[in-house]
Amino acid sequence: MNKQDQDVLVVKNLKTHFFTEDKVTKAVDGVDFKVKRGETLGIVGESGCGKSMTSLSIMRLVPSPPGKIVDGEILFKGENLLDKSEEEMRKVRGNEISMIFQEPMTSLNPVYTVGEQIAEAIRIHQNAGKKEAWNKAVDMLKLVGMPSPEKRAKQEPHELSGGMRQRVMIAIALACNPELLIADEPTTALDVTIQAQILDLLKKLQNELGTAIVMITHDLGVVAETCDKVAVMYAGKVVEYTDVDSLFENPKHPYTEGLLNSIPKLDEDVEELQAIRGSVPSPSDLPKGCLFAPRCPYARELCHQSLPDLTEMDGEIKVRCWMHTEEWKREDTPITNDKDQTDSDKGVTLYAAGNS
Amino acid sequence: MQLETVKKVKKPLLQVNDLKQYFPIKGGLFGRTVNHVKAVDGVSFDIYEGETVSIVGESGCGKSTTGRAILRLEEPTDGKVTFQDKDLLGLSKRKMRNMRKDLQVIFQDPYASLNPRQTVGRILEEALEILNVVPKKERPQRVKELLEQVGLQAEFADRFPHEFSGGQRQRIGIARALAVEPKLIICDEAVSALDVSVQAQILNLLKKLQRQYNLTYLFISHDLGVVRHISDRVIVMYLGRVVEIADKKSLFENPQHPYTKALLSAIPEASRKRKKERMILKGDVPSPIDPPTGCRFHTRCPLATEQCKVKTPEVRQVGPEHFVACDVI
Ligand SMILES: Nc1ncnc2c1ncn2[C@@H]1O[C@H](COP(=O)(O)OP(=O)(O)OP(=O)(O)O)[C@@H](O)[C@H]1O
Ligand SMILES: Nc1ncnc2c1ncn2[C@@H]1O[C@H](COP(=O)(O)OP(=O)(O)OP(=O)(O)O)[C@@H](O)[C@H]1O
Ligand code: SF4
Ligand SMILES: [Mg+2]
Ligand SMILES: [Mg+2]
Repeated sequence: MNKQDQDVLVVKNLKTHFFTEDKVTKAVDGVDFKVKRGETLGIVGESGCGKSMTSLSIMRLVPSPPGKIVDGEILFKGENLLDKSEEEMRKVRGNEISMIFQEPMTSLNPVYTVGEQIAEAIRIHQNAGKKEAWNKAVDMLKLVGMPSPEKRAKQEPHELSGGMRQRVMIAIALACNPELLIADEPTTALDVTIQAQILDLLKKLQNELGTAIVMITHDLGVVAETCDKVAVMYAGKVVEYTDVDSLFENPKHPYTEGLLNSIPKLDEDVEELQAIRGSVPSPSDLPKGCLFAPRCPYARELCHQSLPDLTEMDGEIKVRCWMHTEEWKREDTPITNDKDQTDSDKGVTLYAAGNS
Repeated sequence: MQLETVKKVKKPLLQVNDLKQYFPIKGGLFGRTVNHVKAVDGVSFDIYEGETVSIVGESGCGKSTTGRAILRLEEPTDGKVTFQDKDLLGLSKRKMRNMRKDLQVIFQDPYASLNPRQTVGRILEEALEILNVVPKKERPQRVKELLEQVGLQAEFADRFPHEFSGGQRQRIGIARALAVEPKLIICDEAVSALDVSVQAQILNLLKKLQRQYNLTYLFISHDLGVVRHISDRVIVMYLGRVVEIADKKSLFENPQHPYTKALLSAIPEASRKRKKERMILKGDVPSPIDPPTGCRFHTRCPLATEQCKVKTPEVRQVGPEHFVACDVI
């Protein structure tokens, strides 16, 4: 097997925009990453940066209109999903690519038992008979660690706890042994002790089945625990693509560095956190240069003038920042955001959000 | 279940004793009370002036209910709450309203608690008006000061809540709480809905204001990283009861209760340095309608003995500021 074949998913320069009355919202606007077999890629970033829209784009489930994939390639096992017909996509979804959402209640049918819903997924995708599918459904519930699976299979979603529902979602998603699993904040709504159970379960199943996972989360703790590679998103763009060790030990992009500094650590006391000043720009009103420039403590004039490309550094690491380019060496303008203003309290006054 | 440090010279600002909050569950043909949710079931702790005490625990363990009961947003079923020597639960409704000048609250979702049709200036003036703390003439000036104190521009007074980002709205919520110069602020998941970069700004602001005004915080949160950063002491709750209270250092470096240990080990840490050993709890949190007998944690506890199933553990002191409710350890 050559290197190319091992990449289950390669996303290149993906752009998904929303077209409403008078404006274009560039929800996803330059996303690049790849995921190998058996590997977990994390997509992290703050609320609204385009994580969910990236995953819905891969599934070709972007609400359209107003949304539209306007550029890029999504290569799944070498084939561009953007070239497939809706009919062909239906075969891919739930068969070769599955998805788990944050809130299982919205994707489970409230009036069917969870056993029936898992069995349904098995019947559709594996051509199994009714009885056989039911037995497999119970097996799946056992596999995802559901206590008393025979009994639980006969219950409706509302009779289960949040953690149990998420187990059901995982059972449905894995029922057809997909090659790629997209998990959008699969544990965000759960308590930490239940989150630990679910993350553990996903890891165990991945080892057994060799599934590639795209793990979408805003929690860098979850990234550290579960991911091999990470794509950091900011305002619709990937700003850093790296392996998880480099992410935590040697973050390259100033935004990644800022995020890590913002999190209160469990083994370190500081009087004041190093917050990133200001807030995320509105996706319908983005600055013209580097999108992070208004908040970046290193920004120079160049950063405000033009947008840096996602540039390959050593190994597989890619960064979208002028600091890591040849141009930066010639840039001699002063730092634009003076130190005092990075003070969290003053910083925020510089921006009023959105539609004012 | 009195929790008292042996020789405390300072006097507590707030004392909570054996607080209970049961919610009736109605059912049957005549809508009679058929059972109760024992949301808070015998909680005791003290808070001293100028400190930050946090309550942590999983969803539904009674954190918010404890905060609400102290403020009498719900009338507690039983127990005693003493604030500056005043018995809060014995006060008339009107007197209690006046106490709101000293006891303020900040919620998770500032947007839900800000009137969308009022300007920020109006919202703040109203807070000053209700408790009549500042003469009318001086109010606009005070509004400007408040905005600046929470890191917003004074000009923002003319804008409406929807014109602000989540972090800025939380700053407005804080300004409103500060308006009446309270002594104690209950922060119920006040930073939970914010992105980490903005959350850090707000945590810094809360700390700065505390130093400036000698504020006391009761900080309710499920995020242990945030709690470790902001607290002096931490209360861990499980199913309506306190399982451990300790100063921050003891709690995070030397947790005693098996539940606290499990909770701490379950947090995914944003670091690759230390690969700690995971202690994964089995099963779900039981229902507070029919909580387990004895120690409420016994159904999930790796150390549970036969006795734990029947006997409610006593709260024992295990260090100068360290109390734990477990008979086994
Ligand atoms: N139907 C829509 N019309 C217009 N804009 C939309 C629509 N759906 C999403 N967007 C915008 O697309 C951007 C990306 O949204 P997305 O849901 O991908 O964010 P996210 O990173 O998943 O955030 P969160 O962490 O809050 O889930 C947001 O700014 C959002 O406002
Ligand atoms: N008004 C009410 N009527 C009935 N039950 C209630 C009421 N308020 C809270 N409860 C129940 O009391 C228990 C404790 O709820 P509470 O909101 O205090 O939990 P919490 O620790 O704040 O959880 P979270 O982290 O989810 O905010 C829960 O089981 C909840 O369902
Ligand atoms: S390009 Fe400039 S503004 Fe953008 S992250 Fe790099 S240094 Fe900061
Ligand atoms: Mg999302
Ligand atoms: Mg709560």
